Amino acid sequence: MADDLKTPLLDELEKGPWPSFVKDIKSLAGKKEMAKDLLRQLEKSYEDKRGYWKHGGLVGVMGYGGGVIGRYSALPEEFPGVSHFHTLRINQTSGWFYTADALREILNIWEEHGSGLLNVHGSTGDLVLLGTRTEELEPTFRALTEKGWDLGGSGSDLRTPSCCVGPGRCEYACYDTLSLAYNLTHAYQDELHRPMFNYKYKIKMSGCPNDCTAAIARSDMGIIGIWKDDIQVKPDAVAEYVDSGLDVQGLVVENCPTGCIELDGNEIKIDNSNCVKCMHCINVMPKALSPGKERGAAITLGAKAPIVEGALFGSVIIPFMKLEEPFEEVHDLIERIWEFWDEHGTNRERIGEFIERVSLATFLEGIGEKPLPQMIKAPRDNPYVFYEEYYAEEGEGEK
Amino acid sequence: MAIPVEQLADEMYEIIKESAGVKKLKGGDLTKAMVAKYGDEVSRADAKAAIRMLIDSGRCVYGYFGGSSIELPHSEAAENK
Ligand code: HEM
Ligand code: HEM
Ligand code: SF4
Ligand code: SF4
Repeated sequence: MADDLKTPLLDELEKGPWPSFVKDIKSLAGKKEMAKDLLRQLEKSYEDKRGYWKHGGLVGVMGYGGGVIGRYSALPEEFPGVSHFHTLRINQTSGWFYTADALREILNIWEEHGSGLLNVHGSTGDLVLLGTRTEELEPTFRALTEKGWDLGGSGSDLRTPSCCVGPGRCEYACYDTLSLAYNLTHAYQDELHRPMFNYKYKIKMSGCPNDCTAAIARSDMGIIGIWKDDIQVKPDAVAEYVDSGLDVQGLVVENCPTGCIELDGNEIKIDNSNCVKCMHCINVMPKALSPGKERGAAITLGAKAPIVEGALFGSVIIPFMKLEEPFEEVHDLIERIWEFWDEHGTNRERIGEFIERVSLATFLEGIGEKPLPQMIKAPRDNPYVFYEEYYAEEGEGEK
Repeated sequence: MAIPVEQLADEMYEIIKESAGVKKLKGGDLTKAMVAKYGDEVSRADAKAAIRMLIDSGRCVYGYFGGSSIELPHSEAAENK
């Protein structure tokens, strides 16, 4: 440990039983000037109650417009170790499966070329390598690509597509999230590395409505697994739950948001026409209940955090799509959406804001989709979609 | 007649040079400028190829300030040497 490192305020964050980033960074502070000055600058920020980072807008690697987030210290004389502190996003594997060797490979490269600090994984889904100098960017990139890794997205581009573990480990998966994430990442390499959109575009894929990637809240486009037919029920397993003392009436029946389950002794009856696929009953009784057999995904658009405008939740644009390789139907939809947004969106306007501005009706017409009742976000949220026939009646000409 | 990609790249480069320090241009702005000038003689794919040519040759670089832009290589104010 570095002897001259005095960080009384940060030290508070090492107390208690929880993991501490301070502890982690300190473990590298003896070895890496960058880690040490990172702590010293942060301590000063805590004292002064302000940040000391400057944004660098031009750093990157040749040919790529994303993947590197430039940062410089505003106090380079005081903290020379973090004079440059650029971050690299590395495209994660589908569902975040790695071998120990793969992780060691990345760590070795990063200890050689950067701070050695990483964040696995960032909220973007990427492996995030924190802190390096401008002149190390190309060598780091070369070392990573030699081993088959690539940068992820940043800026006004397709962000690194991200998915839940899906069928890799989870019985609820209604489609193969891993293979769709892999497919989209490869299909849209240009869009990922060469920013050409009005603003960022995030695609997150969850295998079922539990939505482990939080696609509904955190992605411009959420692809969320769902089924169309009836929940599969194993009567013996239901009886077992009841016999074992699980309060099926209180915990399942009475918590169904649409009240569409009935319990009759040891038997459960579901009115599937009123089920909104919230997953609650399945989550409580996983051995007895499972998603139906006719599986696919619902596609949502528009979620975002507040940056230019306020936060938005995603809303349904495609209630059901079957998802099978080679996923041509998804490609077709994505490309129609991008083309219309590209043509009519304004600078830094996310897809959700765009739809709010031009109206859902205009957007649907622009991408060539029909209005459907599932697109209504909330009660009294009226899309006011006008059908062509109405215009014709007003005398706009024969159809 | 389709406009050659090299010509599009050169014309985009001129626009970027004129706007340097005045307005940050996105890929879409450059594409729209070419379409406005030449109409159907410019496809989106050709405009994309022209931008790729500018970037891969190092004549232009990607910049980021809020949104992404295409700029002439230069050193920026925030940079620490
Ligand atoms: C003094 C008389 C009335 C007042 C002050 C009044 C006020 C209101 C208000 C404040 C709302 C809610 C608006 C909103 O949620 O944005 C509403 C909704 C409504 N009112 Fe009235 N109202 C009056 C008379 C009537 C009459 C006479 C009718 C029908 C003959 C009527 C039919 C409705 C309907 C259908 C709604 C929509 C309900 C819904 O969407 O849930 N109202 N009214
Ligand atoms: C010139 C005449 C009228 C105008 C300009 C007008 C305008 C509007 C507007 C702007 C809304 C709100 C739409 C929204 O939620 O975004 C509305 C809602 C409504 N209007 Fe009218 N209105 C007119 C006549 C009428 C008449 C004659 C009736 C019924 C006899 C009526 C019944 C309603 C009802 C029930 C709603 C609520 C719809 C809902 O729940 O979303 N309106 N009107
Ligand atoms: S979103 Fe559904 S399918 Fe994916 S890991 Fe979570 S529970 Fe399983
Ligand atoms: S999934 Fe949700 S809405 Fe459907 S039956 Fe189960 S608890 Fe009810």
